[in-house]
Amino acid sequence: MRSASMNLGRKLACAVLVLVLAASAAANWLAPAGYARQYRDATSAPPSRTHWLGTDEIGRDRFARLLYGTRISLLLAPAAAFLSTLMAAFIGGLAGYLGGAWARIAMAVTDLFLSLPWLFLLITARALMPLNVSPLVSVLVTFLLLGLLGWTTAARVLCTTAASLRSSDFVRQARAVGLPGQRLFWIHVVPNLKPVLYAQFWISIPVFILSEANLGILGLGVAEPMPSWGSLLKELEGMVSVGEEPWKFVPLILLVVVVTSFQLLLSRQEEIAA
Amino acid sequence: MRSLRKTIAGGALTLLATVLLGGLLSATLVRMAPGFSADERELDPHLNAQSVHALREAKQRDHNIVRFYFSYMNRALHGDLGTSLALGQPVRTLLRDRAPLTLRLLSTGLALAWILSLTLALTSAWLRLSIFDALTTIVSGTFLCIPAAVLALLSVLWNVPGSLAIALIVFPRSYRYASNLLMKAYSRPHIVAARSRGLGEARILFWHVVPVVAPQLLAVAGVSVSVAVGAAIPVEALCGLPGIGQLAWQAALARDLPMLVNITILVTLVTLLANSGADAMGQVLRGEEA
Repeated sequence: MRSASMNLGRKLACAVLVLVLAASAAANWLAPAGYARQYRDATSAPPSRTHWLGTDEIGRDRFARLLYGTRISLLLAPAAAFLSTLMAAFIGGLAGYLGGAWARIAMAVTDLFLSLPWLFLLITARALMPLNVSPLVSVLVTFLLLGLLGWTTAARVLCTTAASLRSSDFVRQARAVGLPGQRLFWIHVVPNLKPVLYAQFWISIPVFILSEANLGILGLGVAEPMPSWGSLLKELEGMVSVGEEPWKFVPLILLVVVVTSFQLLLSRQEEIAA
Repeated sequence: MRSLRKTIAGGALTLLATVLLGGLLSATLVRMAPGFSADERELDPHLNAQSVHALREAKQRDHNIVRFYFSYMNRALHGDLGTSLALGQPVRTLLRDRAPLTLRLLSTGLALAWILSLTLALTSAWLRLSIFDALTTIVSGTFLCIPAAVLALLSVLWNVPGSLAIALIVFPRSYRYASNLLMKAYSRPHIVAARSRGLGEARILFWHVVPVVAPQLLAVAGVSVSVAVGAAIPVEALCGLPGIGQLAWQAALARDLPMLVNITILVTLVTLLANSGADAMGQVLRGEEA
C-alpha cells in the first residue's frame, strides 16, 4: 500500500518536474518580452490578463521572471551537482580505493570542510568572490561555488564505499591474478560506485537549489537584472502582510513543489543505492 | 581507563588541529579575495600622507598569510583577538557583547526543534497511524523544502521570534532521524512482545527504547547544532538581530579579515565540540548498555 502510494508520488513528481522544465524551456515563447523589459506605466501592478503574476516595483513582468529564473536554477543546479559529484568521486573514491595515508589526508580535508556549517561556509566564500560583476558571471560564480564546495558529504560516503570495495573478494581476486591498479579501479571499482554516485547527484540538486535561494535572498546570488529563485524570493523582504500581495508567494510555492519533487525522486535513488 | 584517556587526548588534538586549520582556511580565503589590498580609508581626505603610509604598512603586514596567522595566534594566546576593520572595535568586545543573544537564540531554537521532533516522532511511533505518519512527513518535508532565509523573512512578516525560525529550520532534519530511529526501535520483537503483554508505555519507553536510541539521537543532536549555527546567519541578518550570525554576515561582506578568522575559529570550535560531546556521551551510554 505504502509502496504503491510512493510510486504514485514519484510519478507525480516526475510529471511536475517535466512540466516545470518544459514551461521554463518555453520561456521565450510564453514570455517573449523577456525578463528585463520594464512596463513603466504598470509598476507594482496586481495580476491581470497581461501580467499573470503582476509586475515588480520597477515594472518587470513577474511571470516572465519566474519562467526565466526557473530555467536558470533548474539548469545550473544539476550542473553544479554534476561538478560536486565528480569531485567527490575523484577525491572520495580514489582515497577510499588507495586507503592508508591518502585516505587519511583526504578525510582530514573533508572533515575540515564539514566542521564548518554549510550556510556559513557558502556565505563567507560567496561574499569573498567579486560581487560587482555582470549577471552572467554572477550566475556562473554562484553555481560554480556550490559545485566546488558541495562535494564533502558525498566524498565521505564514496570513500567508505570504495574502501569496502577494496577489501571485497572480487577486487582481491582481480589483484591476485595481476590486474594493474589503474585498470582495476576503472573496470571494477568505478562501476560499483555508480549507484552511490547517482544518489549523491540527486541529493545535491535540491540542496543547491535551496542554497542558491538563500544566497539570493541575502543579496549574494545572481546579479540583477537576471532572475533566479533567490532574487525572486527577495521580494518577500519588503512585505507587510501575507494578504496584501499573495501572488508574491508563487515563486516560493513553485520552489517548494520542485524541491519536494526532487526529494520524492531521491527516495527512489536511495533505494537503488542501498 | 588508559585507552579512554588516549582517545580523549587524540580527539582533543584532532579538534585543535581542525580549529586551527579552519582559521587558516578562512584567512587564506580572505587574503585571496579580489580587492583585499584596497582600503577605502586611504581615500579619506582628512588623512595626511604619513597616516596613509601607516595604513598601507599595516595592510602589508597581513599580506603574508602564514605570518599574519602566526602573529594572530600569538596575540590570541595573550587575549588579544585583534580589531575589526569594518567596525573599528576590538573583536573580543564585539564577540562578548553579541554572544549572549546568539546563545539564547540557538538554545531556544534547538530546544523547540527537539521538543517538537521528539513529541511528533514518539506520537507517530505510539499511534502507528498511517494518516498521522503521512501528515507529519508532509509537514516536515515542506519545511525541509523552504530556504532558511525565507523562514527568517516569514518570521519577520508574522512577527514571531527568530528562535522559532531556527526551530523550524532544524525541526525537519531532527524529526526525520528521530522518527526513523523510534520506529525501528518500536518494531523490535521484544518491544512488540512487551506491548502485547500490556507493559506500560512509559516503562517501555524509558527501559527499552531510550537506551537503544539515545546514542544515535545524541549524534543527531550534535549535528543539529551545526545546522542551527548556519541558520543563525540568515535569521540574524534578516531579522535585524545583533548577534554573532549578523556579525559574521557583516564581516563577510566587508572582508573583515580579523573578524572573519575569529568567527570561523569560534564556529568550528562550537560545531566540533557539539559533535565530539554528543559522540562521547553516546559512547558512555553505549558502554553502560553493554
